[in-house]
Amino acid sequence: MKEILLAHGGGGDEMNELINKLFFKSFSNPILEKMEDAATIELKSPIAFTTDSFTVNPLFFNGGDIGKLAVVGTVNDLVMAGAKPRYLTCGFMIEEGFLFSDLQKIVKSMQDEMEKIGVKVVAGDTKVVPKGSVDGVFINSSGVGEIVQKNISSHNIKAGHVLIVSNEVGNHGACILAKREDLDVETSIKSDCALLWEPVKALYEAGIAPIALRDATRGGLSAVLNEWAVASNIGIKAYEEKIPVADEVRGICEIFGFEPYEFANEGTMVLALKEEDASKALEVLKGFEVTKRASLFGVAVKEYEGRVILETPWGSQRFLESPKGELLPRIC
Amino acid sequence: MKDIAESTLNLIEGFRNPAHMRALSKLIYKESKTPIKIMEVCGGHTHTIMKYGIIQLLPKHIEFIHGPGCPVCIMPKERIDAALALASSKDVIFTTLGDMIRVPGSKSSLQELRARGADVRALYSPLDVLKIANENPTKKVIFFAIGFETTTPMSAAIIDKTLKEGIKNISFFSNHVLVPEPMEAIMLDENSKIDAFLGPSHVSVITGTKIYERVCEKFKMPIVVAGFEPIDVMEAILKIVKQVEEGRYEVENQYIRAVSRDGNLHAQKLVDKYFERRAHFNWRGIGDIPNSALKLKDEYAFLDAQIIFKDLIPKEHKKDHKLCICGDILKGLAKPYDCKVFGKACVPSSPIGSCMVSSEGACAAYYKYGSLLKGRRV
Repeated sequence: MKEILLAHGGGGDEMNELINKLFFKSFSNPILEKMEDAATIELKSPIAFTTDSFTVNPLFFNGGDIGKLAVVGTVNDLVMAGAKPRYLTCGFMIEEGFLFSDLQKIVKSMQDEMEKIGVKVVAGDTKVVPKGSVDGVFINSSGVGEIVQKNISSHNIKAGHVLIVSNEVGNHGACILAKREDLDVETSIKSDCALLWEPVKALYEAGIAPIALRDATRGGLSAVLNEWAVASNIGIKAYEEKIPVADEVRGICEIFGFEPYEFANEGTMVLALKEEDASKALEVLKGFEVTKRASLFGVAVKEYEGRVILETPWGSQRFLESPKGELLPRIC
Repeated sequence: MKDIAESTLNLIEGFRNPAHMRALSKLIYKESKTPIKIMEVCGGHTHTIMKYGIIQLLPKHIEFIHGPGCPVCIMPKERIDAALALASSKDVIFTTLGDMIRVPGSKSSLQELRARGADVRALYSPLDVLKIANENPTKKVIFFAIGFETTTPMSAAIIDKTLKEGIKNISFFSNHVLVPEPMEAIMLDENSKIDAFLGPSHVSVITGTKIYERVCEKFKMPIVVAGFEPIDVMEAILKIVKQVEEGRYEVENQYIRAVSRDGNLHAQKLVDKYFERRAHFNWRGIGDIPNSALKLKDEYAFLDAQIIFKDLIPKEHKKDHKLCICGDILKGLAKPYDCKVFGKACVPSSPIGSCMVSSEGACAAYYKYGSLLKGRRV
């Protein structure tokens, strides 16, 4: 099998071959292998349930690929809701002619991520569509997990609560942007794509109860902060010099006229905490590779409800707006 | 090995040093006694002023008036309509720079046209046009050439390569405009209240500071060319303040690391080879300014989309939306907050006026960065 053919999505022998050779081999577990129309699972309630679809160009980038992205994205959404991630579903939409070896790589990286925290794919689906109908491969993944930490919500932030960001912001967005073939920028920027379950679990074990958690994916840090400011009807004050941004990412932003705060992240979260929890939380987060650059960067305030205020290193202030429209480079 | 993005940053970091920003602020406070209205001609400076909260570091009697230096904002509707007509014609690949795809014409935008199936491509690098043309030999590739003196040399370079490489399927829809002419037009307006100009950064890299000498002499006003970093702008303001307090008026160059009096002669020569002045160009909001724009020379008419596709291009001038005051904003007679539709009917996601479209437009900058000015309006 060199390339995926329309026949591989036809429901016949070819499809079974693809499923057996690749998906079952990699994702093998007793629930999946029963091959029923629906998976039967047991969970402690309450549960968290999420779904996400993944499209990315290029499919393979520095620090991950679409497979890793699908697992990490779905798992992190569960984690942000206070859940311990348990089971995933996985639907592939594959373009006719897609290389089998590339699909193998994608599935392998999904498997690698799932093994790290013991989540399993328990249901799946494969469609092959004619050339040009999708861009290589699209993945949809739903996930379910058991809530282990209650009352995490973007609606509960109050004036005086402090904000921590777990990593440098903008790495994933900048990495993807730089890798686009029409951009022609050589850089070593690596996507932050990473599972956040371990550090979050460690926070719970240290007795920290986060008020709100959100992974800063599309729309980046700006989107999270603006959504929180509106949801909790508070102002958010962020100190620019405390927001970690990799030098390479800032450089890319300078060249093209973007804001690192608007770039997507795939393994970076924002935490709202009680002030007294902040130093302990930072200590815990700094113990993990994926959150070791965590930084306390902001505070919720009573003024400017629904708005985010960014303070420059020289003390002047401006609003940080949520991103709008396509990311387009400046003209001159 | 450090990569290019990182070395770019190393180049600029020194121009954002908080201690230097505070020190410059103190000096300006100390030196400045006379109220001044400074027009920053260029949209890039509007952006810097808003993004870095420069106004909050200055005495209240120093005021900024945001000038017409955003290539997207000054484009009249009929030119956008022409672009839309070109982009929707058969077998055309219409290529354009960044923000231009969002600008509304009288009925639609390039972005909407693209969603309906037109082949409109936003370029990251203008030179990609050559690649697109080579890869699509059966298509007619049109380059929407826009911008001030900064981007004109790029268009000239593409024309040069098109000819040298013998590419037959590229044409150019030129909308290139010039900086000194609108500066003069604004000063000739009897309502003009401008005391000094902050001269553009990138434009001046190409043209040199000499292009401002005429305006400076004619209207006896200080002009200081500044870089785009916050420290550049602060230092340039200090230079303006000193000129005003000492009763001087001259063209000064703060951006000495990139700008000379003569500018980039090679680029100027390339532009002169292919372009000449248009007798008239209609500026959005300002109106006709003679000799303020560039078109391809007659001998290169075979590359001029405006001639090749002349039957497609609408002729009549289109009026701006009646509530939009972009014109007054571009002339420095009003601020975005003075507009009834600002931030309500007119927002970056559905702009009514051109100043809201481009990130370099005054309205977009105000909308994005707001007016957190400790009780002051800008």
